[in-house]
Amino acid sequence: MNNLIDLEKKINSELGTKINSSEIKHNQIYLEIDSEDLVDVVLFVKTNKDTKFRQLIDITVVDYPERSKRFKIVYLFLSHEFNQRMILSYDISENEVISSLTSIFPSANWMEREVFDMYGVNFKDHPDLRRILTDYGFKGHPLRKDFPLTGHTEVRYSEGQKKVVSEPVKLEQNYRNFDYQSPWEGTKYIKELADNNDKKN
Amino acid sequence: MTKKIKNLNLNFGPQHPAAHGVLRLILELDGEVVEKADPHIGLLHRGTEKLIENKTYMQAVPYFDRLDYVAPMNQEHAFALAIEKVLNIDVPIRAQFIRVMFCEIGRILSHILNVTTQALDVGALTPSLWGFEERETLMTFYERASGSRLHANYFRAGGVHQDLPAGLETDIARFCETFPKIINDLENLLTDNRIFKQRNVDIGIVTKEDALDYSFSGVMIRGSGVPWDLRKSQPYDCYDQLEFKIPVGKNGDCYDRYLCRIEEMKESIKIIKQCLAKMEKGPIKTFDGKITPPSKKDIKQSMEALIHHFKLFTEGYRVPKDEIYTAVEAPKGEFGVYLISDGSSKPYKCKIRAPGFSHLQSMDYLIKGHMLADVPAVLGSLDIVFGEVDR
Repeated sequence: MNNLIDLEKKINSELGTKINSSEIKHNQIYLEIDSEDLVDVVLFVKTNKDTKFRQLIDITVVDYPERSKRFKIVYLFLSHEFNQRMILSYDISENEVISSLTSIFPSANWMEREVFDMYGVNFKDHPDLRRILTDYGFKGHPLRKDFPLTGHTEVRYSEGQKKVVSEPVKLEQNYRNFDYQSPWEGTKYIKELADNNDKKN
Repeated sequence: MTKKIKNLNLNFGPQHPAAHGVLRLILELDGEVVEKADPHIGLLHRGTEKLIENKTYMQAVPYFDRLDYVAPMNQEHAFALAIEKVLNIDVPIRAQFIRVMFCEIGRILSHILNVTTQALDVGALTPSLWGFEERETLMTFYERASGSRLHANYFRAGGVHQDLPAGLETDIARFCETFPKIINDLENLLTDNRIFKQRNVDIGIVTKEDALDYSFSGVMIRGSGVPWDLRKSQPYDCYDQLEFKIPVGKNGDCYDRYLCRIEEMKESIKIIKQCLAKMEKGPIKTFDGKITPPSKKDIKQSMEALIHHFKLFTEGYRVPKDEIYTAVEAPKGEFGVYLISDGSSKPYKCKIRAPGFSHLQSMDYLIKGHMLADVPAVLGSLDIVFGEVDR
């Protein structure tokens, strides 16, 4: 459907309980679902003649370490016929295994591998779940918020062993993250001080 | 008696000149026919997305130059548009024309590189020598506007960094007059060339359905006959005020994609000409002092400007809490930025959607059943640059 509001209504009425919330923002439709409904919802929006989201643009994850359901999995879809974009998302906890979209969209293969590599999210029924962007034998998941920016290991060529060796990172100076937020607007340490004082009083 | 023949595994790259960068391709060969291709990527992975999360919005712009480094400004454009939409600011019309003009210059830069190196891969040396001379001219335009040939860091949220220097517009106009002749020369060398056609026609055919399923975009999807271009379908900046055509292929093979790129370069020249004609003197970035750094002159005279300058270059501007996906039609396809802002001056999450990533993924599907010698031809027509594939 060419009209975004009609499209939202259509998806809500057809999928009913499977949609937790929907919103129209920036000329795109944002849907929130439950992780177990993923395959049903995606099959519907791909094949239905009024939605036709025929192209999976990307899959990504947002990490919120402070939440109990830590990862928000995000799928971006595009419909060429109706010139619409849709952003589908759901939350999962750290060790949850989610369904793969590779049987519906072959292009999901690498996207899910990247998600697995960068965030350590596991997919069931994925044909070939290997690391993709990081080095062979890499440990950890770099895009998690608790992974340090400087990483854990560094590589160099060892003349003695005649091969590339990986060693713990040695820094001449630690990575410094300056807090530039104005104290009048409440930076973290000032806020903490103020909160503690409030408690004491 | 039956003899069991084992397939040969061949390691193509990462140092192979036809791999266009650091691609390691594990090929399983049955004689000279490719049975399976498994691309190993990530040799140029720099963690761009992680770095962007740790930089302010203004500091993050240069990382976008380093993604697809043959057309740097197109990437910056996507990021700038994303921030502008979240901040809800308008871009002055002159800045829009400048940005679109440099995006089209970027498109020509990228297409020249691709067309000529593809020719080089299949055995023609001369086109690259001729094409690279033009690329050099275009890069001097980049340099005159931004100060650097490749890593421009020129686009800002709300406009561009500075106005064009005197005389640049006339020089670009002059280039627009001479360049079509160069395209003709390239076409004379390649389009009807027997060897070039033998190596490209009916090689790496993509059907319409598969182009959609494999998340193709840009020339890869247009070559297969899907008339889809974000500049037309979801116009950003001033593209809706410009007239241009979208070349579409018919067979979806390497040769059609080559023809699309040639035609797109001609359309880009038209767009640049229109931009130059419509461009009027005026502001080149938004006046909002909370986003745009003040001029040097103002800093010397105004206390407020000095404070703004200090705040912008330490804390940076803050972007309200939001979630957005914006895409532009980069030379290689749909380049998108999925941005999550949390109200601070640094992005909480910035996912970069690179067209080359999904194109390269289909390598196995494209090359299966082809000869080994077709690998460079298909790889060339995919138009991949490892800066954006590996991020």
